Amino acid sequence: MLAVEKVKKSFDGFVAVNGVSFSIKRGEICAIIGPNGAGKTTLFNLITGHLPVDEGKLFFKGMDITHMPPHRICRLGMGRSFQRTNIFPRLTVFQNIQAAVLVHRGKSLNFLKPVESFFREETQAILKRVGLKDYGETVSGSLSYGFQKQLELGIALASEPELLLLDEPTAGMSAQETHQTIELIGRITKEKGLTLLFTEHDMEVVFSIAERIMVLHQGRLIAEDTPEEVRKNSEVQKIYLGEGR
Amino acid sequence: MPRENWFLVIIILCLALLPMSESRFYIFLGTDILIMGLFAVSLNLLLGYTGLVSFGQAAYFGIGAYTCALLMKKASVAFPIAFAAAAVFGAVAALIIGFFCIRLTKIYFAMLTLAFSQIVWAIVFKWNSLTGGDNGLIGIPFPQHLDSPTRFYYFTLFVVVLSLFLLRKLVNSPLGRMLTTIRENPERTEFIGINVKKFQLIAFMISGFFSAIPGALFGIFNHSIFPDLLFWSHSAEVLIMTILGGMYSFFGPMVGAAVILYLRMLVTSYTQYWPLIMGTILTLLLFFFPGGILGFLRSQLTFLKRNR
Repeated sequence: MLAVEKVKKSFDGFVAVNGVSFSIKRGEICAIIGPNGAGKTTLFNLITGHLPVDEGKLFFKGMDITHMPPHRICRLGMGRSFQRTNIFPRLTVFQNIQAAVLVHRGKSLNFLKPVESFFREETQAILKRVGLKDYGETVSGSLSYGFQKQLELGIALASEPELLLLDEPTAGMSAQETHQTIELIGRITKEKGLTLLFTEHDMEVVFSIAERIMVLHQGRLIAEDTPEEVRKNSEVQKIYLGEGR
Repeated sequence: MPRENWFLVIIILCLALLPMSESRFYIFLGTDILIMGLFAVSLNLLLGYTGLVSFGQAAYFGIGAYTCALLMKKASVAFPIAFAAAAVFGAVAALIIGFFCIRLTKIYFAMLTLAFSQIVWAIVFKWNSLTGGDNGLIGIPFPQHLDSPTRFYYFTLFVVVLSLFLLRKLVNSPLGRMLTTIRENPERTEFIGINVKKFQLIAFMISGFFSAIPGALFGIFNHSIFPDLLFWSHSAEVLIMTILGGMYSFFGPMVGAAVILYLRMLVTSYTQYWPLIMGTILTLLLFFFPGGILGFLRSQLTFLKRNR
């Protein structure tokens, strides 16, 4: 589904991602972990085309996406959420989701009909799925942080992606919100048969849903294994888990 | 929504009855407001809806004015064709200039639109043989059947209402919604699958098209045009009207144009310190009514409703 080959990226001499390679099969749930500054978000930005890669290649569903702009990568079936919540704050919750549905269904250039009439049911269905059905008319910028994260997930789902990239989906959430969000993500991934790649700081979350874990440290991939093996890995314990405890 | 539409019908009817006053003063003022109002609404497609601060919109207004006037005066082209050509030229110029401008963002975008508009101004200013340069273009013929202020007023009203109807349809359509999402968050919009630059360019072109229309009207209305129309201060003026009226309401810029033009008429008959008064209004506005006149009225209305 996704193949990352020897990808490298540096900023003004600082090497953020240093020759990372891995691949993900359809239907897998993978996590990338690593301490702050390990290059997780940079790696995401490289995969989704938000940053140009210096070296290496990226393949999505067998297609070379190395130099594709984000909007085309998105249309190929990749969805993503951002670490800093990324919604359309002055639009209502309904309008946020509807915008993504409009693009996905190829109606973004229609300029004749009132936008309200488009895809009401489809949008409602997504609102229901991410638990925001009662908040459709709320201005999204006024939602609580946890709800905004849920909305962002909804926006990503509205494009009906095959591969979903979530960057710290529970960052800044309370324990209860974290629990709910993880349950939600797990359920949706199963229902839709999605392939999921996420980064996360909360180890409990990672070990509870990931099938495979990749450990990033100073821009390099130092381990890639099942949760049990990663837990046992002495190098990982030393440089990463050790720091956390 | 229907209530808003009824309200609009009443306003259009009032405007249609304005010539009954038989006051040349009000007919001239009305024409001026309609023309500048449409210009401000066109600018607001970029400013309020797409989140692009164009500081060189006078270029397209001026291109519209010169295209229509030159075609009629120098090539004796019939008015309807010259008028349509003006709008098309405005859109084409916006396409070419916008192609470069959208490559930059924020303040750099604004500066580049300003730079291009000054280039267009310089060309018009220096190309004496075609545009008359500093002396302007005088004696633009009145089109047939539009040779009285009242008739021209009705023609302007018709063109402006039609243009606003189309623009309003556009901003309430899916395309308009995409422009709003770009304003709100271009990064996110890119990753719901939208080519943000392409949509910005489309908005730039449409805005150029609808900025050229009031330009063409303005030239005919005044019988003459000068390079001043393209100077940056004219871009600033329409920007002020838009912000004063309220850039987050569709009709805000229209209200802003009406208020500024009426006040200027009023103030300049008493004192020559209009810029001072304008500066004061602008300062008060930015501090106390950041949403503009319509934004302020709307928030008062919701406040009243809630406390009823």
